[in-house]
Amino acid sequence: MKTKRELVIVGGGPAGLAAALEAHKNGVEDILLIERDEYLGGILQQCIHNGFGLDYFNEELTGPEYAERFIDELSDKKIDVQLKTMVIDINDQKMLTVLSSKKGIEFIEAKSVILAMGCRERTREAIRIPGTRPAGVMTAGAAQRYINIEGYLPGREIVILGSGDIGLIMARRLALEGADVKGVFEIMSYSSGLVRNKVQCLDDFGIPLYLQQTVTKIHGQKRVEAVDIAEVDDNFNQIPETKKTIECDTLLLSVGLIPENELSQQANISLDDITGGPIVDQSRETDIPGVFACGNVLQVHDLVDNVSEEAEIAGKAAAEFLLNETKDEIKQSLEIAPGKNITYVVPHTLNINANTSPLIELFFRVKDPAEDCKISIKDNQEELASYTRPIVEPGEIESVKLPIKLINISSDEIIVELITGGE
Amino acid sequence: MNERTIICLSCPKGCRVKVKANGDDIKDISGHECPQGIEYAKNEYLNPTRILPTTVRVKNGQIALVPVKTASPIPKEKIGEAMQKLSEIEVEAPVELGQVIVNNILDTGVDVVATRSIKEKN
Repeated sequence: MKTKRELVIVGGGPAGLAAALEAHKNGVEDILLIERDEYLGGILQQCIHNGFGLDYFNEELTGPEYAERFIDELSDKKIDVQLKTMVIDINDQKMLTVLSSKKGIEFIEAKSVILAMGCRERTREAIRIPGTRPAGVMTAGAAQRYINIEGYLPGREIVILGSGDIGLIMARRLALEGADVKGVFEIMSYSSGLVRNKVQCLDDFGIPLYLQQTVTKIHGQKRVEAVDIAEVDDNFNQIPETKKTIECDTLLLSVGLIPENELSQQANISLDDITGGPIVDQSRETDIPGVFACGNVLQVHDLVDNVSEEAEIAGKAAAEFLLNETKDEIKQSLEIAPGKNITYVVPHTLNINANTSPLIELFFRVKDPAEDCKISIKDNQEELASYTRPIVEPGEIESVKLPIKLINISSDEIIVELITGGE
Repeated sequence: MNERTIICLSCPKGCRVKVKANGDDIKDISGHECPQGIEYAKNEYLNPTRILPTTVRVKNGQIALVPVKTASPIPKEKIGEAMQKLSEIEVEAPVELGQVIVNNILDTGVDVVATRSIKEKN
Protein backbone atom coordinates (compact mmCIF):
# COMPACT_ATOMS: atom_id res chain seq x y z
CA MET A 1 0.00 0.00 0.00
CA LYS A 2 1.24 3.49 -0.81
CA THR A 3 0.01 6.71 0.78
CA LYS A 4 1.00 10.37 0.42
CA ARG A 5 1.73 12.65 3.35
CA GLU A 6 2.74 16.28 3.68
CA LEU A 7 5.02 15.79 6.71
CA VAL A 8 6.29 12.58 8.31
CA ILE A 9 8.19 12.78 11.59
CA VAL A 10 10.33 9.77 12.48
CA GLY A 11 10.46 9.29 16.27
CA GLY A 12 8.02 10.24 19.04
CA GLY A 13 10.49 11.30 21.72
CA PRO A 14 10.99 14.90 22.85
CA ALA A 15 12.34 16.02 19.45
CA GLY A 16 9.53 14.46 17.41
CA LEU A 17 6.84 15.74 19.77
CA ALA A 18 8.07 19.35 19.75
CA ALA A 19 8.66 19.28 15.98
CA ALA A 20 5.12 17.99 15.34
CA LEU A 21 3.54 20.65 17.53
CA GLU A 22 5.57 23.46 15.97
CA ALA A 23 4.83 22.32 12.41
CA HIS A 24 1.14 22.17 13.30
CA LYS A 25 1.25 25.62 14.89
CA ASN A 26 2.78 26.97 11.68
CA GLY A 27 -0.01 25.66 9.51
CA VAL A 28 0.86 22.12 8.40
CA GLU A 29 -2.41 20.19 8.32
CA ASP A 30 -1.25 16.71 7.39
CA ILE A 31 1.29 15.38 9.90
CA LEU A 32 2.15 11.76 10.69
CA LEU A 33 4.29 11.01 13.74
CA ILE A 34 5.78 7.51 13.76
CA GLU A 35 7.03 5.89 16.99
CA ARG A 36 8.37 2.36 17.39
CA ASP A 37 7.54 1.98 21.13
CA GLU A 38 4.08 1.43 22.63
CA TYR A 39 3.85 5.00 23.89
CA LEU A 40 5.10 8.48 23.06
CA GLY A 41 7.80 10.30 25.03
CA GLY A 42 10.82 8.19 24.13
CA ILE A 43 13.57 7.81 26.72
CA LEU A 44 12.01 10.56 28.87
CA GLN A 45 9.54 7.93 30.13
CA GLN A 46 12.31 5.95 31.82
CA CYS A 47 14.09 9.06 33.17
CA ILE A 48 11.93 9.28 36.27
CA HIS A 49 14.34 11.61 38.08
CA ASN A 50 13.82 15.34 38.38
CA GLY A 51 15.92 18.03 36.73
CA PHE A 52 14.11 18.46 33.40
CA GLY A 53 12.39 21.58 32.14
CA LEU A 54 14.27 24.27 34.11
CA ASP A 55 15.01 26.17 30.88
CA TYR A 56 11.93 25.35 28.82
CA PHE A 57 9.15 25.46 31.44
CA ASN A 58 10.97 27.39 34.19
CA GLU A 59 10.19 24.64 36.65
CA GLU A 60 11.76 21.38 37.62
CA LEU A 61 10.01 18.29 36.25
CA THR A 62 10.72 14.58 35.98
CA GLY A 63 11.14 13.01 32.53
CA PRO A 64 7.62 11.54 32.32
CA GLU A 65 6.10 14.87 33.43
CA TYR A 66 8.07 16.71 30.77
CA ALA A 67 6.90 14.22 28.12
CA GLU A 68 3.28 14.30 29.22
CA ARG A 69 3.04 18.09 28.75
CA PHE A 70 3.83 17.62 25.05
CA ILE A 71 1.71 14.47 24.68
CA ASP A 72 -1.29 16.27 26.21
CA GLU A 73 -0.87 19.22 23.89
CA LEU A 74 -0.66 16.89 20.92
CA SER A 75 -3.75 14.88 21.80
CA ASP A 76 -6.36 17.44 20.73
CA LYS A 77 -4.54 18.50 17.56
CA LYS A 78 -4.91 17.09 14.10
CA ILE A 79 -1.66 15.17 14.25
CA ASP A 80 -1.77 11.47 13.38
CA VAL A 81 0.29 9.20 15.61
CA GLN A 82 1.27 5.67 14.66
CA LEU A 83 2.73 3.66 17.57
CA LYS A 84 4.52 0.29 17.50
CA THR A 85 5.66 1.19 14.00
CA MET A 86 9.19 1.17 12.68
CA VAL A 87 10.55 3.13 9.74
CA ILE A 88 12.94 0.71 8.07
CA ASP A 89 13.98 2.77 5.07
CA ILE A 90 13.97 6.29 3.69
CA ASN A 91 15.28 7.04 0.22
CA ASP A 92 16.51 10.28 -1.27
CA GLN A 93 13.09 10.83 -2.87
CA LYS A 94 11.53 10.99 0.63
CA MET A 95 9.82 7.62 0.22
CA LEU A 96 9.53 5.84 3.58
CA THR A 97 9.20 2.09 4.08
CA VAL A 98 7.30 1.50 7.30
CA LEU A 99 6.66 -1.70 9.23
CA SER A 100 4.10 -2.57 11.90
CA SER A 101 2.44 -5.79 13.06
CA LYS A 102 -0.95 -4.18 12.52
CA LYS A 103 -0.54 -3.00 8.93
CA GLY A 104 2.47 -4.94 7.66
CA ILE A 105 4.66 -3.07 5.21
CA GLU A 106 3.52 0.37 4.04
CA PHE A 107 5.10 2.88 1.70
CA ILE A 108 4.66 6.55 2.45
CA GLU A 109 5.56 9.30 0.01
CA ALA A 110 6.35 12.39 2.08
CA LYS A 111 6.77 15.95 0.86
CA SER A 112 8.84 16.70 3.94
CA VAL A 113 10.48 14.53 6.61
CA ILE A 114 11.78 15.41 10.07
CA LEU A 115 14.35 12.97 11.42
CA ALA A 116 13.97 12.68 15.20
CA MET A 117 15.31 9.19 15.91
CA GLY A 118 17.42 10.21 18.91
CA CYS A 119 20.54 8.35 19.88
CA ARG A 120 21.57 5.07 21.42
CA GLU A 121 24.19 4.04 23.92
CA ARG A 122 27.64 2.75 23.14
CA THR A 123 27.95 -0.89 24.13
CA ARG A 124 30.63 -3.23 25.43
CA GLU A 125 31.43 -4.11 21.82
CA ALA A 126 32.01 -0.45 20.94
CA ILE A 127 34.75 -0.12 23.57
CA ARG A 128 36.02 -3.71 23.26
CA ILE A 129 36.31 -4.90 26.87
CA PRO A 130 38.09 -8.29 26.89
CA GLY A 131 36.90 -11.31 28.88
CA THR A 132 34.03 -13.75 28.89
CA ARG A 133 30.53 -12.92 27.69
CA PRO A 134 28.23 -13.58 30.65
CA ALA A 135 24.81 -12.11 31.45
CA GLY A 136 24.90 -8.96 33.55
CA VAL A 137 26.77 -6.62 31.21
CA MET A 138 24.41 -3.92 30.00
CA THR A 139 24.17 -0.23 29.20
CA ALA A 140 23.02 2.11 31.95
CA GLY A 141 19.95 2.99 29.90
CA ALA A 142 18.93 -0.67 29.55
CA ALA A 143 19.17 -1.04 33.35
CA GLN A 144 17.12 2.13 33.70
CA ARG A 145 14.35 0.65 31.60
CA TYR A 146 14.40 -2.61 33.60
CA ILE A 147 14.13 -0.80 36.93
CA ASN A 148 11.84 2.12 36.12
CA ILE A 149 9.43 0.66 33.56
CA GLU A 150 9.55 -3.13 33.63
CA GLY A 151 10.07 -3.51 37.37
CA TYR A 152 13.18 -5.72 37.54
CA LEU A 153 16.35 -5.11 39.54
CA PRO A 154 19.12 -6.05 37.09
CA GLY A 155 21.65 -7.01 39.78
CA ARG A 156 22.77 -6.60 43.38
CA GLU A 157 26.49 -5.85 43.23
CA ILE A 158 27.12 -3.23 40.65
CA VAL A 159 30.18 -1.72 38.97
CA ILE A 160 29.56 1.25 36.68
CA LEU A 161 31.98 2.18 33.91
CA GLY A 162 31.72 5.78 32.75
CA SER A 163 30.67 8.84 34.69
CA GLY A 164 28.24 10.29 32.18
CA ASP A 165 24.98 11.54 33.61
CA ILE A 166 23.08 8.31 32.94
CA GLY A 167 25.73 6.35 34.83
CA LEU A 168 25.55 8.69 37.81
CA ILE A 169 21.74 8.70 37.84
CA MET A 170 21.71 4.90 37.73
CA ALA A 171 24.23 4.67 40.59
CA ARG A 172 21.71 6.52 42.77
CA ARG A 173 18.73 4.61 41.46
CA LEU A 174 20.36 1.24 42.18
CA ALA A 175 21.50 2.38 45.63
CA LEU A 176 17.94 3.53 46.42
CA GLU A 177 16.59 0.13 45.35
CA GLY A 178 18.99 -1.62 47.72
CA ALA A 179 21.81 -2.69 45.39
CA ASP A 180 25.45 -2.34 46.44
CA VAL A 181 27.09 0.07 44.00
CA LYS A 182 30.81 -0.57 44.35
CA GLY A 183 31.98 2.44 42.43
CA VAL A 184 31.92 4.46 39.24
CA PHE A 185 35.07 4.20 37.12
CA GLU A 186 36.00 6.92 34.64
CA ILE A 187 38.87 6.69 32.16
CA MET A 188 39.15 10.49 31.83
CA SER A 189 40.70 12.69 34.50
CA TYR A 190 37.36 14.44 35.08
CA SER A 191 33.74 13.35 35.41
CA SER A 192 31.78 13.90 32.23
CA GLY A 193 28.52 14.27 34.18
CA LEU A 194 27.06 17.43 35.72
CA VAL A 195 28.51 18.47 39.09
CA ARG A 196 25.00 18.35 40.50
CA ASN A 197 24.70 14.68 39.62
CA LYS A 198 28.11 13.84 41.05
CA VAL A 199 27.09 15.36 44.39
CA GLN A 200 23.51 14.15 44.61
CA CYS A 201 23.94 10.71 43.02
CA LEU A 202 27.36 9.62 44.31
CA ASP A 203 28.38 11.70 47.35
CA ASP A 204 24.90 11.47 48.93
CA PHE A 205 25.17 7.68 48.90
CA GLY A 206 28.87 7.35 49.62
CA ILE A 207 29.53 5.85 46.17
CA PRO A 208 33.17 6.40 45.17
CA LEU A 209 34.18 7.89 41.79
CA TYR A 210 37.55 6.65 40.54
CA LEU A 211 39.12 8.82 37.84
CA GLN A 212 41.66 7.61 35.24
CA GLN A 213 40.63 4.01 35.85
CA THR A 214 38.89 1.57 33.55
CA VAL A 215 37.55 -1.98 33.31
CA THR A 216 40.14 -4.19 31.63
CA LYS A 217 38.47 -7.60 31.78
CA ILE A 218 35.12 -9.26 32.55
CA HIS A 219 35.01 -12.57 34.47
CA GLY A 220 32.17 -15.08 34.84
CA GLN A 221 30.58 -17.91 32.87
CA LYS A 222 26.77 -17.66 33.06
CA ARG A 223 26.70 -14.46 35.07
CA VAL A 224 29.25 -11.70 35.70
CA GLU A 225 31.38 -12.74 38.70
CA ALA A 226 34.01 -9.99 38.76
CA VAL A 227 35.72 -7.32 36.69
CA ASP A 228 39.36 -6.26 36.54
CA ILE A 229 40.13 -2.59 37.00
CA ALA A 230 43.35 -0.75 36.17
CA GLU A 231 44.57 2.81 36.31
CA VAL A 232 45.48 4.48 33.03
CA ASP A 233 48.16 7.06 32.24
CA ASP A 234 47.58 10.35 30.45
CA ASN A 235 47.62 8.53 27.09
CA PHE A 236 44.97 6.06 28.31
CA ASN A 237 47.48 3.19 28.46
CA GLN A 238 46.68 0.72 31.22
CA ILE A 239 49.21 0.52 34.05
CA PRO A 240 49.43 -3.27 34.62
CA GLU A 241 50.81 -3.11 38.17
CA THR A 242 47.68 -1.22 39.33
CA LYS A 243 45.34 -4.04 38.30
CA LYS A 244 42.80 -5.22 40.88
CA THR A 245 39.75 -7.50 40.75
CA ILE A 246 36.35 -6.42 42.04
CA GLU A 247 33.61 -8.98 42.65
CA CYS A 248 30.25 -7.98 41.23
CA ASP A 249 27.28 -9.48 39.39
CA THR A 250 26.56 -6.57 37.05
CA LEU A 251 28.59 -4.17 34.93
CA LEU A 252 26.76 -1.06 33.73
CA LEU A 253 28.19 0.95 30.86
CA SER A 254 27.70 4.68 30.54
CA VAL A 255 30.30 5.32 27.89
CA GLY A 256 28.73 7.68 25.44
CA LEU A 257 25.84 8.09 23.05
CA ILE A 258 25.71 7.74 19.28
CA PRO A 259 23.11 9.52 17.14
CA GLU A 260 21.00 6.85 15.45
CA ASN A 261 21.47 7.66 11.77
CA GLU A 262 21.07 4.40 9.84
CA LEU A 263 18.00 5.86 8.13
CA SER A 264 19.85 9.07 7.28
CA GLN A 265 22.61 6.99 5.70
CA GLN A 266 20.10 4.95 3.71
CA ALA A 267 18.75 8.25 2.36
CA ASN A 268 22.32 9.31 1.42
CA ILE A 269 22.27 12.30 3.75
CA SER A 270 25.77 13.66 4.48
CA LEU A 271 26.85 13.19 8.10
CA ASP A 272 29.33 15.05 10.29
CA ASP A 273 32.12 12.66 11.40
CA ILE A 274 32.39 14.35 14.81
CA THR A 275 28.72 14.66 15.86
CA GLY A 276 27.66 11.51 14.01
CA GLY A 277 24.58 13.47 12.92
CA PRO A 278 23.49 15.03 9.62
CA ILE A 279 25.10 18.17 8.24
CA VAL A 280 22.46 20.90 8.46
CA ASP A 281 21.92 24.58 7.82
CA GLN A 282 20.47 26.99 10.36
CA SER A 283 16.91 25.72 9.75
CA ARG A 284 18.18 22.16 10.49
CA GLU A 285 17.65 21.16 6.85
CA THR A 286 19.93 18.36 5.65
CA ASP A 287 21.45 18.21 2.18
CA ILE A 288 18.19 16.69 0.88
CA PRO A 289 15.74 19.60 0.48
CA GLY A 290 12.72 19.10 2.73
CA VAL A 291 14.45 16.64 5.06
CA PHE A 292 15.21 18.11 8.49
CA ALA A 293 16.91 16.69 11.60
CA CYS A 294 16.65 17.69 15.25
CA GLY A 295 17.36 16.47 18.75
CA ASN A 296 19.88 13.78 19.61
CA VAL A 297 19.91 12.37 16.08
CA LEU A 298 21.61 15.63 15.07
CA GLN A 299 23.90 16.18 18.06
CA VAL A 300 23.80 14.60 21.52
CA HIS A 301 22.37 17.25 23.85
CA ASP A 302 22.90 17.55 27.62
CA LEU A 303 19.45 18.94 28.32
CA VAL A 304 16.10 17.90 26.86
CA ASP A 305 15.08 21.57 26.99
CA ASN A 306 17.57 22.24 24.19
CA VAL A 307 16.18 19.29 22.22
CA SER A 308 12.70 20.81 22.34
CA GLU A 309 14.03 24.18 21.20
CA GLU A 310 15.99 22.65 18.34
CA ALA A 311 12.97 20.59 17.28
CA GLU A 312 10.89 23.76 17.10
CA ILE A 313 13.40 25.25 14.66
CA ALA A 314 13.04 22.14 12.45
CA GLY A 315 9.24 22.02 12.80
CA LYS A 316 8.87 25.64 11.80
CA ALA A 317 11.29 25.23 8.89
CA ALA A 318 9.40 22.18 7.61
CA ALA A 319 6.21 24.25 7.67
CA GLU A 320 7.91 27.01 5.68
CA PHE A 321 9.22 24.45 3.19
CA LEU A 322 5.72 23.02 2.69
CA LEU A 323 3.67 26.22 2.67
CA ASN A 324 6.00 28.74 1.05
CA GLU A 325 5.64 27.93 -2.66
CA THR A 326 8.10 30.51 -3.93
CA LYS A 327 11.46 29.78 -2.34
CA ASP A 328 13.42 32.86 -1.30
CA GLU A 329 16.64 33.27 -3.20
CA ILE A 330 19.78 32.53 -1.17
CA LYS A 331 21.94 35.65 -1.06
CA GLN A 332 24.97 34.24 0.75
CA SER A 333 26.09 30.78 1.81
CA LEU A 334 28.68 30.22 4.53
CA GLU A 335 30.36 27.21 6.09
CA ILE A 336 30.50 27.28 9.89
CA ALA A 337 33.62 25.52 11.14
CA PRO A 338 35.10 24.62 14.52
CA GLY A 339 38.38 26.46 15.13
CA LYS A 340 40.90 26.35 17.98
CA ASN A 341 39.77 24.31 21.04
CA ILE A 342 36.32 23.60 19.59
CA THR A 343 35.10 20.06 18.81
CA TYR A 344 32.13 20.81 16.57
CA VAL A 345 29.58 23.46 15.70
CA VAL A 346 25.89 23.06 14.75
CA PRO A 347 24.56 24.29 12.35
CA HIS A 348 27.22 23.49 9.79
CA THR A 349 26.14 25.97 7.14
CA LEU A 350 24.34 29.27 7.02
CA ASN A 351 22.17 30.13 4.03
CA ILE A 352 21.10 33.74 4.22
CA ASN A 353 17.99 34.89 2.37
CA ALA A 354 15.55 37.77 2.81
CA ASN A 355 13.73 35.82 5.51
CA THR A 356 16.70 34.74 7.63
CA SER A 357 16.34 35.60 11.30
CA PRO A 358 18.64 38.49 12.35
CA LEU A 359 20.23 36.38 15.11
CA ILE A 360 21.75 32.96 14.47
CA GLU A 361 22.37 30.74 17.46
CA LEU A 362 25.48 28.57 17.15
CA PHE A 363 25.82 25.46 19.35
CA PHE A 364 29.20 23.88 20.01
CA ARG A 365 31.37 21.93 22.42
CA VAL A 366 34.81 22.90 23.69
CA LYS A 367 37.66 20.35 23.64
CA ASP A 368 38.92 20.88 27.21
CA PRO A 369 37.63 22.55 30.37
CA ALA A 370 38.69 26.21 30.78
CA GLU A 371 37.95 29.15 33.07
CA ASP A 372 37.77 32.90 32.40
CA CYS A 373 37.86 32.46 28.66
CA LYS A 374 36.41 33.94 25.50
CA ILE A 375 34.43 32.56 22.57
CA SER A 376 35.54 34.30 19.41
CA ILE A 377 33.56 34.27 16.15
CA LYS A 378 35.50 35.13 12.99
CA ASP A 379 34.88 35.16 9.27
CA ASN A 380 37.62 35.01 6.61
CA GLN A 381 38.40 38.64 7.26
CA GLU A 382 38.07 39.63 10.92
CA GLU A 383 36.69 38.85 14.36
CA LEU A 384 32.94 39.48 14.24
CA ALA A 385 32.06 39.10 17.89
CA SER A 386 33.39 37.70 21.13
CA TYR A 387 31.65 36.42 24.21
CA THR A 388 33.28 35.95 27.63
CA ARG A 389 32.63 32.83 29.69
CA PRO A 390 33.58 32.26 33.35
CA ILE A 391 33.74 28.51 32.78
CA VAL A 392 33.36 26.08 29.87
CA GLU A 393 33.37 22.28 29.94
CA PRO A 394 33.30 19.63 27.19
CA GLY A 395 30.32 18.05 28.95
CA GLU A 396 28.13 21.12 28.49
CA ILE A 397 27.02 22.47 25.11
CA GLU A 398 27.83 26.15 24.70
CA SER A 399 25.93 28.54 22.50
CA VAL A 400 26.22 32.11 21.26
CA LYS A 401 23.81 34.28 19.29
CA LEU A 402 25.49 35.91 16.33
CA PRO A 403 23.82 38.94 14.67
CA ILE A 404 24.03 38.18 10.95
CA LYS A 405 24.45 41.84 10.08
CA LEU A 406 28.02 41.51 11.42
CA ILE A 407 28.95 39.04 8.68
CA ASN A 408 30.92 40.52 5.78
CA ILE A 409 29.01 40.15 2.54
CA SER A 410 31.96 38.56 0.69
CA SER A 411 32.72 35.95 3.41
CA ASP A 412 32.07 32.28 2.86
CA GLU A 413 33.18 30.92 6.22
CA ILE A 414 32.55 31.48 9.92
CA ILE A 415 34.96 30.05 12.50
CA VAL A 416 34.23 29.51 16.18
CA GLU A 417 37.23 29.55 18.54
CA LEU A 418 37.84 29.30 22.26
CA ILE A 419 40.51 31.71 23.53
CA THR A 420 41.82 30.74 26.98
CA GLY A 421 43.53 32.93 29.59
CA GLY A 422 47.11 32.27 28.50
CA GLU A 423 46.54 33.51 24.91
CA MET B 1 34.70 22.87 65.90
CA ASN B 2 33.44 20.90 62.87
CA GLU B 3 34.67 21.60 59.35
CA ARG B 4 32.91 20.37 56.23
CA THR B 5 33.36 21.08 52.53
CA ILE B 6 30.14 21.47 50.57
CA ILE B 7 30.06 21.69 46.78
CA CYS B 8 27.70 24.52 45.86
CA LEU B 9 25.16 23.53 43.20
CA SER B 10 23.77 27.00 42.53
CA CYS B 11 25.61 27.09 39.21
CA PRO B 12 27.80 24.70 37.13
CA LYS B 13 31.00 26.18 38.59
CA GLY B 14 30.56 24.04 41.72
CA CYS B 15 32.55 26.09 44.29
CA ARG B 16 33.93 24.08 47.19
CA VAL B 17 32.54 25.99 50.16
CA LYS B 18 34.07 25.39 53.61
CA VAL B 19 31.72 25.53 56.58
CA LYS B 20 33.11 25.77 60.14
CA ALA B 21 30.60 25.23 62.92
CA ASN B 22 30.02 24.27 66.52
CA GLY B 23 27.02 21.95 66.29
CA ASP B 24 24.33 24.00 64.52
CA ASP B 25 26.13 27.25 65.18
CA ILE B 26 27.91 28.23 61.94
CA LYS B 27 31.07 30.21 62.69
CA ASP B 28 32.57 30.71 59.25
CA ILE B 29 31.84 30.11 55.57
CA SER B 30 34.60 30.47 52.97
CA GLY B 31 35.56 29.39 49.46
CA HIS B 32 32.40 30.67 47.73
CA GLU B 33 32.78 32.96 44.74
CA CYS B 34 29.34 34.58 44.98
CA PRO B 35 26.70 35.20 47.70
CA GLN B 36 24.61 32.22 46.50
CA GLY B 37 27.32 29.99 47.92
CA ILE B 38 26.69 31.21 51.49
CA GLU B 39 22.95 30.50 51.33
CA TYR B 40 23.48 27.14 49.67
CA ALA B 41 26.13 25.98 52.14
CA LYS B 42 24.03 27.11 55.13
CA ASN B 43 20.98 25.12 54.02
CA GLU B 44 23.01 22.12 52.99
CA TYR B 45 24.84 22.10 56.34
CA LEU B 46 21.85 22.63 58.63
CA ASN B 47 18.97 21.01 56.79
CA PRO B 48 19.85 19.12 53.60
CA THR B 49 16.75 18.18 51.61
CA ARG B 50 16.14 16.30 48.36
CA ILE B 51 13.27 15.53 46.03
CA LEU B 52 12.87 11.74 45.97
CA PRO B 53 11.91 10.33 42.57
CA THR B 54 11.14 6.59 42.49
CA THR B 55 8.44 4.13 41.39
CA VAL B 56 5.43 2.37 42.94
CA ARG B 57 3.80 -0.87 41.80
CA VAL B 58 0.62 -0.59 39.73
CA LYS B 59 -2.11 -3.21 39.68
CA ASN B 60 -3.84 -3.76 36.37
CA GLY B 61 -1.89 -1.01 34.61
CA GLN B 62 -0.55 -0.83 31.05
CA ILE B 63 2.92 -0.84 32.59
CA ALA B 64 4.08 -2.45 35.84
CA LEU B 65 5.18 0.69 37.67
CA VAL B 66 4.11 4.27 38.05
CA PRO B 67 6.87 6.85 38.49
CA VAL B 68 6.35 9.07 41.55
CA LYS B 69 8.15 11.89 43.37
CA THR B 70 7.87 13.82 46.60
CA ALA B 71 5.97 16.98 45.65
CA SER B 72 8.70 19.03 47.34
CA PRO B 73 12.07 18.20 48.92
CA ILE B 74 12.13 16.08 52.08
CA PRO B 75 14.94 15.82 54.67
CA LYS B 76 17.80 13.81 53.22
CA GLU B 77 18.01 11.46 56.22
CA LYS B 78 14.40 10.31 55.63
CA ILE B 79 15.01 9.06 52.09
CA GLY B 80 15.83 5.46 53.07
CA GLU B 81 12.73 5.16 55.22
CA ALA B 82 10.57 6.72 52.49
CA MET B 83 11.85 4.15 49.96
CA GLN B 84 10.93 1.34 52.39
CA LYS B 85 7.45 2.73 52.85
CA LEU B 86 6.87 3.16 49.10
CA SER B 87 8.03 -0.41 48.42
CA GLU B 88 5.08 -1.67 50.48
CA ILE B 89 2.47 0.12 48.39
CA GLU B 90 0.50 -0.88 45.30
CA VAL B 91 -1.91 1.44 43.50
CA GLU B 92 -4.76 0.53 41.18
CA ALA B 93 -4.80 1.74 37.54
CA PRO B 94 -5.85 4.13 36.11
CA VAL B 95 -3.47 6.64 37.66
CA GLU B 96 -3.54 10.34 36.78
CA LEU B 97 -0.45 12.53 36.61
CA GLY B 98 -0.28 14.50 39.88
CA GLN B 99 -2.49 12.02 41.76
CA VAL B 100 -1.50 11.74 45.44
CA ILE B 101 -0.06 8.27 46.05
CA VAL B 102 0.92 8.77 49.71
CA ASN B 103 -0.39 11.61 51.80
CA ASN B 104 2.12 13.37 54.09
CA ILE B 105 4.85 10.74 53.87
CA LEU B 106 6.60 10.07 57.23
CA ASP B 107 4.93 13.19 58.68
CA THR B 108 7.13 15.42 56.54
CA GLY B 109 4.07 17.38 55.39
CA VAL B 110 4.97 16.38 51.83
CA ASP B 111 2.81 14.23 49.52
CA VAL B 112 4.14 11.63 47.12
CA VAL B 113 2.54 12.20 43.69
CA ALA B 114 2.39 10.29 40.41
CA THR B 115 4.51 11.76 37.60
CA ARG B 116 2.88 9.83 34.75
CA SER B 117 -0.64 8.86 33.77
CA ILE B 118 -1.10 5.09 33.58
CA LYS B 119 -4.08 3.61 31.77
CA GLU B 120 -5.76 0.35 32.70
CA LYS B 121 -4.59 -2.79 30.97
CA ASN B 122 -6.86 -3.53 27.99
